[in-house]
Amino acid sequence: MADAVPRHSKSVGRPSVAWALPGALFFVFFAVAPMILVVALAFTDWDGIGTPQWTGLSNWTRLWDDPDTHQAIRLSLVLTVLTWLVQTPLALLLGVWAAGHQRNRAVLSAIFFLPLLGSSVALALVWKSLLDPNFGLIADIGPALGFEDGDLLGSSTGAFGAVLFVTAWQFIPLHTLIYQGGARAVPRSLYDAAAIDGAGTVRQFFSITLPQLRNTIVTSSVIMVVGALTFFDTVLILTKGGPGTDTTIMPYLMYKNGFQAFDLGYASAVATILVVVATTVSLLLVRLTGFTAMRSTREGM
Amino acid sequence: MTDVLHGRPRDGVRTPKRTPVASRPRRRRRGLPRRNYPAGLGSLIWLGIVGLPLYVLVAATFQTRNGYIDHGPLALPDHPTLANYRRVLTSGFLHYLLNTALVTAVCAALVIVLSVTVGYSVVRTRSRTSRRIFQIFLLGLAIPSQAVIIPIYLVITKLHLYDTLLAVILPTAAFSLPVSVLILVGTMRDIDEEMYESMALDGASPTRVLLQLVVPLSRSGISTVGVMSALHAWNGFLFPLILTQSKSNRLLTLGLYDYVGEFRVDTPALLTAVVLSIVPIFLVYLFARRQLINGLMGVGGK
Repeated sequence: MADAVPRHSKSVGRPSVAWALPGALFFVFFAVAPMILVVALAFTDWDGIGTPQWTGLSNWTRLWDDPDTHQAIRLSLVLTVLTWLVQTPLALLLGVWAAGHQRNRAVLSAIFFLPLLGSSVALALVWKSLLDPNFGLIADIGPALGFEDGDLLGSSTGAFGAVLFVTAWQFIPLHTLIYQGGARAVPRSLYDAAAIDGAGTVRQFFSITLPQLRNTIVTSSVIMVVGALTFFDTVLILTKGGPGTDTTIMPYLMYKNGFQAFDLGYASAVATILVVVATTVSLLLVRLTGFTAMRSTREGM
Repeated sequence: MTDVLHGRPRDGVRTPKRTPVASRPRRRRRGLPRRNYPAGLGSLIWLGIVGLPLYVLVAATFQTRNGYIDHGPLALPDHPTLANYRRVLTSGFLHYLLNTALVTAVCAALVIVLSVTVGYSVVRTRSRTSRRIFQIFLLGLAIPSQAVIIPIYLVITKLHLYDTLLAVILPTAAFSLPVSVLILVGTMRDIDEEMYESMALDGASPTRVLLQLVVPLSRSGISTVGVMSALHAWNGFLFPLILTQSKSNRLLTLGLYDYVGEFRVDTPALLTAVVLSIVPIFLVYLFARRQLINGLMGVGGK
């Protein structure tokens, strides 16, 4: 580390860039470089043991014609859109509600937060037990939902709906928290002024809260979209991509090709699509929310 | 459990770092709490949706296998039993727990050291390089670990780390870094310039400034980063699934996944393993709720 000889100048006590190098190199090695490597691997044939063999565009032409991939892309997109439509309104309402300082809200918020503590594996196992057609809760309430035999996970819409629901159940608390933070940062004076003008709760929500939460909505949405593109654990445990391939979303397709069929070159091509989409979204995140502004946007955290 | 969890008014959660300046009006506490009945009703419905599975989860662990099959998941156990806990604890659970604790601790330590140094450099160095480095981390926020698992598998096998705990630790820590750097840069930027200047006048080296000024004043951010990266490591599934194999290196999440096959229709035993895997995090939640919530809020709040 460059501990300069102390001199009384502007640079005294300032660290050199070298301080950032261990962290930066570590991150580049395990996250950024793999991102580039996955694109390269998408042009190879690799069984996971030998050395990847360059095959040019063959993975991509195969991908272009593969109905499973088409289906996976379609399912991922539909899941992402539906995830946004289900989670955003609920998380927004819950978050704004939880931003109030009333005691009952604080107590309930503490309970609403609990799903965040479990791993996706743990939570998916809980739901798999509840949705078990023989011994689960669904055996009792299934008929009311239109599944006479309770075999929700055995039907394609049911299984897809289950993935949508379980992931929403798991992740709405996170987004609630994000909205709660956003709502608390809205200046109180705006509400006071609105109240003096006689605006009611609903009017205040649409005229003040919602516009003020614009950036929060963008951030939460981006996290949601990137998240929904990668609901892998839940699918693996809840449906294993089935019935048939009806819940085989992109990350699961990648896993199946890569680590069950050991066709890692082809799986890399699928992963590349994921990387491209996620990076685009990430750039959007940086642009839209002004993350890079070199100043504090909020006091402390 | 709610009496332990009860929230205090959370004005103090975002600890104000700036010295209060007279011209800055303090945020007023809310006026009279308004009653909002539709919202109250909605929140009760949501309580049901969140609470019911949690109730089933806990109740089932005290239920016998036959009791669960006969009476369904909603029934209170008529003959409460600890047999499930015994069964899980003698099925390798403690070994998985120990592995997971080790991975979690090393990950958290690694993430703290690396993100503190990166954050310090990003905040205090006036150079384009540090800006670039910060941007790389921001971009990294949205790299899904699944999308790069194949090259990571390649890298780990080439390093001869396959099926070791280190194979899980390294990428897990790397993927915790972006959020951690973001949080710490936010915290460190709020340290007063004058404090740096007065230390500079004393001729303090960068190392001394870091240890005596930046670290003590970033305590809240550092503990948030520690708790967040620990949670991330504890709950991680993909890296253990792909990068480890043998039972001796198994982590909790992967262990849970394997219990599905091992316990088969013994749902109470499976759910007991789930509960036991969450207990340690629940304890963290009780004692470090502020850090956890701040970190998660911070992901999107910035």
